[in-house]
Amino acid sequence: MKGSPRLLEQAAAPILRPVDTFRTVLGRELTLAYRRPADLLNPLFFFVVVTSLFPVAVSPLPETLTLIGPGVLWIAVLLSALLPLSNHYGQDFDDGTLEQYLLSGQSLVAICVAKTVALWLVAGLPLVLASVVVASSYGLGTNVFGVLSITLAAGSYAICALGAVAAALTVGMQRASALIALLVLPLMVPILIFGTRAVSLEATNMVAKGPIYLVLAVAVLTALLCPLATAAALRISME
Amino acid sequence: MPWFLGLSVLLMVGGLYGGLVLAPADYQQGDAFRIIYVHVPAAYLSLLAYMVMAIASVIGLIWRMKLAHAVAASAAPIGASFTFLALATGSLWGKPMWGTWWQWADPRMLTELILLFLYFGFMTLRSNISERSRADRAGAVLAIVGVVNVVLVHYSVEWWASLHQGQTIANSDATMPASMLTPLLTMILAFSLFFGAVMLQRLRGEVLLREAGARWVRRLADGQVAERGKLT
Repeated sequence: MKGSPRLLEQAAAPILRPVDTFRTVLGRELTLAYRRPADLLNPLFFFVVVTSLFPVAVSPLPETLTLIGPGVLWIAVLLSALLPLSNHYGQDFDDGTLEQYLLSGQSLVAICVAKTVALWLVAGLPLVLASVVVASSYGLGTNVFGVLSITLAAGSYAICALGAVAAALTVGMQRASALIALLVLPLMVPILIFGTRAVSLEATNMVAKGPIYLVLAVAVLTALLCPLATAAALRISME
Repeated sequence: MPWFLGLSVLLMVGGLYGGLVLAPADYQQGDAFRIIYVHVPAAYLSLLAYMVMAIASVIGLIWRMKLAHAVAASAAPIGASFTFLALATGSLWGKPMWGTWWQWADPRMLTELILLFLYFGFMTLRSNISERSRADRAGAVLAIVGVVNVVLVHYSVEWWASLHQGQTIANSDATMPASMLTPLLTMILAFSLFFGAVMLQRLRGEVLLREAGARWVRRLADGQVAERGKLT
């Protein structure tokens, strides 16, 4: 009787340090993404198409474009980043990986962070790079590119982190994508406000430091708190 | 519960009488200002209901209390209704005062709108999960994530609006004469009691629904059926 718990412990896989769990899951996610390049390209195409429709619909005049440019870019990034979310935990749920993650006893928060970082690298970062290209076509000067990419990088990470919570809450659900959009978009208002403001200020050659810091602060807060909520939501969804 | 409702109706009648008849007309806005006797309590209750929902969610998640989840579930639709009422009365007032139904630059309107979306999200998420205990706890996580965000949304929207243009509304630190303020406070109290009454009624239904298989509910239902049989 005395020895049996120890025996069980030895039989199970060793519990990794959270850092190692993070590295393993991140590697797995990136490999998967690399083997399915369509997942990477879909949001990107969507982004380019949406941003090229705005000048057609609103006005192709340069002054209008520089005025609406920051807002259009931000909203397009927001919407494009929503696309892969319904698959974020859905795929792992369908093939049983998610169940194994929960049963493995490894730090679930580390797994969630790893998946969020992978999502951002695959879906968020390309959008940031693309937005710089599109920004120049909207007539936003080169001086904006720095602010644009910093705020968008932080903002898109926040979308990924918040979206992961929504994806975890809706995992295994039919028609999850519309629900995810309803849950995430209202929560993105603060970052949207500060982000577009920073870019607009920079575009008109004014000091944009304040809103930039605010974007970063909100993004850091989101990045730190959301994995906890995601892990809790996964436990609830997988009961 | 009848106490809540009775007191609420009494106070509401008193408050409305004080607000609509006794209080003097505003020297700038005339009689139009009287809509605040509905608008302000509704706006206040829309936030209070969200707080009730979030606190109940925390209690439900930590202590796994089923009743707390039932409270959160029954508070959400009421809160959403108050939010809608606040928005509707606000825009009714805005038309003669600002000349427009909807003013994008007003921070409070935008915050209320986002709050309405959060309520919708909470209710849609709950109704999309068929298993009740999972719906409870998923909704609770969302309510807690949302409550952190409501604060952020509020301040960010205010900051945003103050950059866009100065406040066009009468500033809030202007003092209010007692003849106007007393009915307002009465109405806020009346609305709170009304919220309590409706909330308890909904909670009754919610608990009955949840315990539909339990013996005491069945006995209750049987008793009612027997009573009805006696009457006919």
